[in-house]
Amino acid sequence: MQNLHGIPINYYVILSTALFCVGALGVMLRRNAIIIFMCVELMLNAVNLLLVAFSSYFGDSQAQVFVFFIMAVAAAEVAVGLAILIMIFRNAGTSDTDVLTKLKW
Amino acid sequence: MSLTQYIFWFLSFLALMSSLMVVFTKNAVYSVLSLIITFFAIAGHYLLLNAQFLAAVHIIVYAGAIMVLFLYVIMMLNQNKDAEPNKHPYLMIISVIAGGLLMLTLVGTIKGAELPGSTIVDAQVGTIEKLGQVLFTDFLLPFEVSSILFLAAMVGAVYLSKNKLQS
Repeated sequence: MQNLHGIPINYYVILSTALFCVGALGVMLRRNAIIIFMCVELMLNAVNLLLVAFSSYFGDSQAQVFVFFIMAVAAAEVAVGLAILIMIFRNAGTSDTDVLTKLKW
Repeated sequence: MSLTQYIFWFLSFLALMSSLMVVFTKNAVYSVLSLIITFFAIAGHYLLLNAQFLAAVHIIVYAGAIMVLFLYVIMMLNQNKDAEPNKHPYLMIISVIAGGLLMLTLVGTIKGAELPGSTIVDAQVGTIEKLGQVLFTDFLLPFEVSSILFLAAMVGAVYLSKNKLQS
């Protein structure tokens, strides 16, 4: 196993997994739609970190271009998602996901 | 331990602690601020991995644009107080158990996986020259298509957040 500065790649894998699980925990735990959205961003960033780690350890820059595109898509997604949240808040008066149950069967 | 290893452990600790702060703090503004700290720690990891361009883009896009947008929306919707009054008491325990199980499953799966050893480590892999070379030869079409995506996102955001269409 190749080490970069004496850090095995397993450490980055474990760190990204931990960050991803913290994001998933936030999605399960929190009820505020904006906080849930932030936790989704955290999960995206955990995956980005893993992609960059593999890219650096294997000397292939295509994964970093992929991360660049993920960042671009995330920026567009946040703009539209926050606009939807503002519209929901204007119509329902809350961003609590326990109250927003109109689409529930 | 070398200096880079100390930096690695410090950045990892910072990222994990501030991401836990994002989940467990009550005030939404503090959540946003700790998420910004997490993003700076991840940018430090990118620098450690010789990805200077991505570190700069990460700080500009996430800390500079996305988190400002989040902060702006939270302040506009007046969410800086505790907006989650009636939380089920067992919800936290159940969520923590579920998240821990997910972590356990993922780590167990990854531990069994045989990661192939790398052959050459090129320090030039994350520089702007190398990334630009790849971006404007192999990924030229996706790069141009992403501009259409931004146009669509911009029109959609303006349309959605507009109060009422004037006819």
